[in-house]
Amino acid sequence: MEDTQLSMYQLYKEMLTKYLDNKSEHALYHAQQFSKQMMEKDMSPEETVSLHMSVFQEIAEDLSEEVVDSFDILLEVMIGYGLAYREHQSLRDKQRQLDSELTVAARMQKSLLPSEKIALDSVDFGVISVPAGKMSGDYYHYAHDEHKNVGVAVADVIGKGIPAAMSMSMIKYAMDTLPEQRLQPGALLENLNRVVERNIDDDMFITMMYGFYDPRNYRFNYASAGHEPGFIYHEESDKFENLDGRGLVLGVSKNVTYRDYEVAMNVGDFVVLLSDGVTECRVDGEFIERDQIIQMIRDYKHMPAQKIVDRIFYDLERAQEFQLRDDFTLLILRRKV
Amino acid sequence: MQVQTHVDIHSEWGIVAARQAGRKLAREIGFGSVDQARITTAISELARNIYLYANKGQIQIEEATSAGKRGIKIIATDQGPGIKEIRRVMEDGFTTSGGLGAGLPGVKRLMDDFDIDSELKVGTTITAIKWLR
Repeated sequence: MEDTQLSMYQLYKEMLTKYLDNKSEHALYHAQQFSKQMMEKDMSPEETVSLHMSVFQEIAEDLSEEVVDSFDILLEVMIGYGLAYREHQSLRDKQRQLDSELTVAARMQKSLLPSEKIALDSVDFGVISVPAGKMSGDYYHYAHDEHKNVGVAVADVIGKGIPAAMSMSMIKYAMDTLPEQRLQPGALLENLNRVVERNIDDDMFITMMYGFYDPRNYRFNYASAGHEPGFIYHEESDKFENLDGRGLVLGVSKNVTYRDYEVAMNVGDFVVLLSDGVTECRVDGEFIERDQIIQMIRDYKHMPAQKIVDRIFYDLERAQEFQLRDDFTLLILRRKV
Repeated sequence: MQVQTHVDIHSEWGIVAARQAGRKLAREIGFGSVDQARITTAISELARNIYLYANKGQIQIEEATSAGKRGIKIIATDQGPGIKEIRRVMEDGFTTSGGLGAGLPGVKRLMDDFDIDSELKVGTTITAIKWLR
């Protein structure tokens, strides 16, 4: 410490002497570089002022008392800046710590989502889910049973960030305890609603669409809890249709029943589930229309399902200058044979 | 000889008097000008806290010695409302100073040792020491 102080003193003295001698820009540039060194050595503003004063007193002989005394005021003022500087450093450290904690939490959250791809010849599947921040309030699910029934779901916690993310994990755990309802979409939502209603704050709720593709009768059965309607694409007629479904959002009322809906899927037909982060993308300040999303899907529909969702996400992300306002989830399930 | 000064704080004049007494003792003990300014800033903050939140209290300034070290000890005592959440007022960016670096975390940074003891409706005692290096 004493050594660094001494060498800082020497360096500062050389620098100041040179500058007083030739007033060159070069010396000023040197001072700017030197300030980085001082900060690295944790020198506070008040120490800098004091260093300047003691060096100056040595170089310039016969300083008037007024000049010397004036530095008392500067020193006093700089104490406050020094404190603000230290506080800033400590807040920055704290922020780093929070950030790394969040990163761990986000990784944990990701591990709640299915990781293995669906390896069935009967369907082509693709999903993308990207949080606006680190943690996501969106949840998606896919799984198949031994009869090749493929269940898919998208849920959206109304709200963002950590509270939303915590509620999202509840949906995952609740789903795990309800395997026998995987083929009864309405009953599944009814059970989930009971769990959600008991466990989350009154001001939070969750929308969800769950459905499964049944390869025996080639139908997609689904139910909705106030969720953004998905689509079904019919290849033969080359038309998109809304997957309409009525049902109250999860978590509002204790006993709610959900109606089952079904729609036929021919070869090449596909269903699209999405969260409202997709429809609430803003391009040029305006929400995009569902028609625009349909058009994008149409443009890419010759591609594999995963490619389609990836491309649409990229296009919308780009149109929003790579800043997501809401968690984004898009899922496609296509009947192949 | 132990030098000890008591200053009653019930106006901004008291704050200035406490600063003056602190600077004088700091100089006598041998602190340099930067540390003198730090010590007086700490005294200011403690005295202002008394003045703003407790209305009345005392600042006691004395020389401290321990294991051959010399330093200055400031004891701020008030009979005010006490501090409800000490942990929170010791957090950076929490105090009413609006994150301007001062407040109690600032005092802690300016000094070497820091202790706070507070009881609701009874009052608060803060002790801070800076050692001569």
